[in-house]
Amino acid sequence: MLSRMTGFIKMSLAGAIVFALGLGSAGAAETIKIGAVAPKTGPLAVGASITHWPNIKLWVSQVNGRGGLRMKDGSRRKIQLITYDDQTNPTEHIKATIRLATLDKVDFIVAPYGTGFNVAAAPHFAKYGYPQITSTSITDKIPQLTKRFPGLFFTLGNTTAFVGSVVEILAKLRDQGKIGNRVAIVNVAADFGIELKKASIPIFKKAGFNIVYNKSYPLGTQDLSPVMRGVKASNPDAFVAWSYPPDTIGLTVQAKIQGLDVKAYYSAVATAFPVYRNKFGKSIEGVLGAGGLNLDSPALQTYMADHKRVTGKEADFWASPVVYATLQVLEQAIEAVGSTDRKAVTAYIKSGTFTTVMGTWKFKNQVIPSFWTVGQWQNGKFYGVSSTGMPGEKPVAIKRGW
Amino acid sequence: MDVLITGIYILITGSLLGATYSLIAMGLALQYGVARIMNLANGEMFIAGALVAFWVVTSHQLSPYVSLVFVVPGAFGINWLIYRYLLRPLVRRAKHRGQLEVDSILATFGMGFILVGVLREVFGGELFSYSYLLEPIKILNNNFALNRVIGCLVSALVCGLLYLGFYKTRAGMAMRAVAVDPAAAGLVAIDVPKISALSFALGGAVTAAGGVVISTFLTDMDPSGGVVFTLKALIVVIMGGVGDVRGAIVASFILGLTETLVATLVDPGFILAAAYFLFVLVLLFRPQGLFGRRRA
Repeated sequence: MLSRMTGFIKMSLAGAIVFALGLGSAGAAETIKIGAVAPKTGPLAVGASITHWPNIKLWVSQVNGRGGLRMKDGSRRKIQLITYDDQTNPTEHIKATIRLATLDKVDFIVAPYGTGFNVAAAPHFAKYGYPQITSTSITDKIPQLTKRFPGLFFTLGNTTAFVGSVVEILAKLRDQGKIGNRVAIVNVAADFGIELKKASIPIFKKAGFNIVYNKSYPLGTQDLSPVMRGVKASNPDAFVAWSYPPDTIGLTVQAKIQGLDVKAYYSAVATAFPVYRNKFGKSIEGVLGAGGLNLDSPALQTYMADHKRVTGKEADFWASPVVYATLQVLEQAIEAVGSTDRKAVTAYIKSGTFTTVMGTWKFKNQVIPSFWTVGQWQNGKFYGVSSTGMPGEKPVAIKRGW
Repeated sequence: MDVLITGIYILITGSLLGATYSLIAMGLALQYGVARIMNLANGEMFIAGALVAFWVVTSHQLSPYVSLVFVVPGAFGINWLIYRYLLRPLVRRAKHRGQLEVDSILATFGMGFILVGVLREVFGGELFSYSYLLEPIKILNNNFALNRVIGCLVSALVCGLLYLGFYKTRAGMAMRAVAVDPAAAGLVAIDVPKISALSFALGGAVTAAGGVVISTFLTDMDPSGGVVFTLKALIVVIMGGVGDVRGAIVASFILGLTETLVATLVDPGFILAAAYFLFVLVLLFRPQGLFGRRRA
C-alpha cells in the first residue's frame, strides 16, 4: 500500500513535470520525442549519474544546438526529452518504459543502464517495436538474446572477453618473468561480481596460475581491512578484484594502508571513474581496471572536453563514450532514414556504418565486435591496454608500490 | 605470537568498526528513545553531514572536522524545525505509543525521499569520496588507517559528552525521565514537548556529526545511499534496547567485533550472516534489547 501510494505520488509529480516541459516547448516546430528510463535514486544511481545521464544531456544539447535532427524533407526536428527515475527497481523500470511507449508515445527510447535492466526491458522494447542499442550491458548471453530480440544491439563486450583479457595480461607478465605465479582473487557477492569470478577461476587454472586466496565479501561491507589482511598473508604476486564502485575504492584504501606489495593490481568497476583518481592521486599509478580508452584519439579528446563543458562533470574512462556512441548511432540512423519510422531505423542500424567517438562502428549480428577490456592508470590517465581489436593499445606497466 | 597479533588486530579493527556503528546509531537511539520517533530519514541526515564535509574538503581545502562547526548547529536547527512542524502534530493526535510509531515511521519514510531529492539537487547524484589522513599507523605489528583511528577517538569524545550531558545535567535528567515514561515526567513539571523536541534535534545533530566523522574514511557517499545506514542504525538501536544510549554503544561494539572476528578467522563472506544471526539471537532471548526494560 505504502509503495503504491508513494509510486502514485511520484508518477503524478513526474506527469506534472512532463506536462510543464511539454507546454514549454509547445508552439515550436514539431519535435522528436525521445524517452529515457534509468536510476536517479537507489543503488545504481551512482553509476548512472556518472556514465549514463550526462551523456543523454550532452547529446540532446548538441543535437538541438545544431537545430535538431535532419529529416527527409530537409526540415530539422529538435529532440524533446522525457525522463523517468526507475529507482533502481525493475518493476518501476518496466512501468515507466510502457508509459513512454503508450502514454507519452515517444519516437525512440534510450537503452537502460546496466545489464539486468537491459535484459528485463528487452521484451518491452521488442513488443512496442523500439530499437534497443545497449551500452552499459555485458553478458555472455548475447547470442541467445540478439537471436530472440532482433532490435537489440550490444556494444560494450561480453563477460568471457573481460575475464580472458585479465588472465592473458597476467600470463604474459608471468611468462616474461615480471611477476610470479601466485594470484589472489576477491569478489563482491553481487550478480556481476559473482558472474565474473565464476567465469575467471577455470581460465586462471587453465593458464596454470596458483590461486592462493579466493574469497568474497558482501556488497556494502564497511571495513575491508580483514579481506586485505587475508590477501596480504597469502603472499600473492598479482591481485584481482571483481568489484563494484564502493569496494573498488575500499580495497585500494586497504591495499595502501596494509601495503599490499603486488606487481599487478586489478579491480573491476569504477577503477575507470575520475573520482578514483581524484581520491588517490599518484598512488594508483599502474592500477589495472575494467575498461580503458584510446585517449590519443582526437575524436575522443573532443568528446571528453565537450562532456566536461556541457555537463560540468568528467566522463569516465570506460563506458561514458560508449553510451554517447550508441546515441550517435541512433542519431545517424534517424537522419539516414529521414523519418521516425522505427522499423526502417532498426534495419539501418543493422546494416549501416557509423562514425562515433569510439571510432567507426558497424554491427555484426547486432554486436560491435571490437571493444576495450582492460585499462591501466598511466601518468594520471586511464589508457586501454587490452581489447578485442581496438587501435591504440598501450603496453602494460608493472605496479610499483603505492 | 601470531595468535596474539591476530587477536590484537581483531580487537582494534573491531573497535574501530564498532565506533563507526555507534556514530551511525547514537542519534537514532536519542530520537527513538526519548522523542519516540522512529526516524527512517536518519540515514539521509547522516549522508547530508557527510556531503557537507566533502564539500568543505574539496572546495575549501579545509579539514573535514572544520565542517562540524556549522554542521552540528545547522542539523540541530533543521531537526528542531522538523520536529516542531512535521512531527509535533503526529505526537499530539496519537492516542497511544503504537499509533505514534506507525505515524512517525510513515512520515519520516516520506521525508527521506524528499531529503534524497534535495541532496541530489544540491550535490548531484554521483559518487563522492575524498582522502583524509589516508596513511597507515602501526600498532603492535598491525597496520591501521589513521583516519579511522582518529574517527574512533572523536566518536569516543562524542559519546563521553553525551554521557556527561545525560547523567550530569538537569536537561539530561529530564530526557531520561521522558525516556522512561513521558506521562509521569509531565507530572513532575518536566516540559515533555520541549524535552522531546530537544532530544530529536540533538539526535539529528549527533547523526549529522557522525556523517562528518565517517566521511573521512567512508568509500562511498551518495545522496541515495542513506538507507544502508538507516538499516544499520535500526539493528543497533533495537539490539541495544530502546531508551538507553549506552545500549546502542554496547551493541555497536558487539557488532563490530563479531563482524571483524568472522571476517578474519572464518570468511569475509559471512559478515552479514554473522551480524543478522546475532540480531536474531537478541530478538529471541532478549526482545527488549540488551539494556532495555521490559514493558509493563
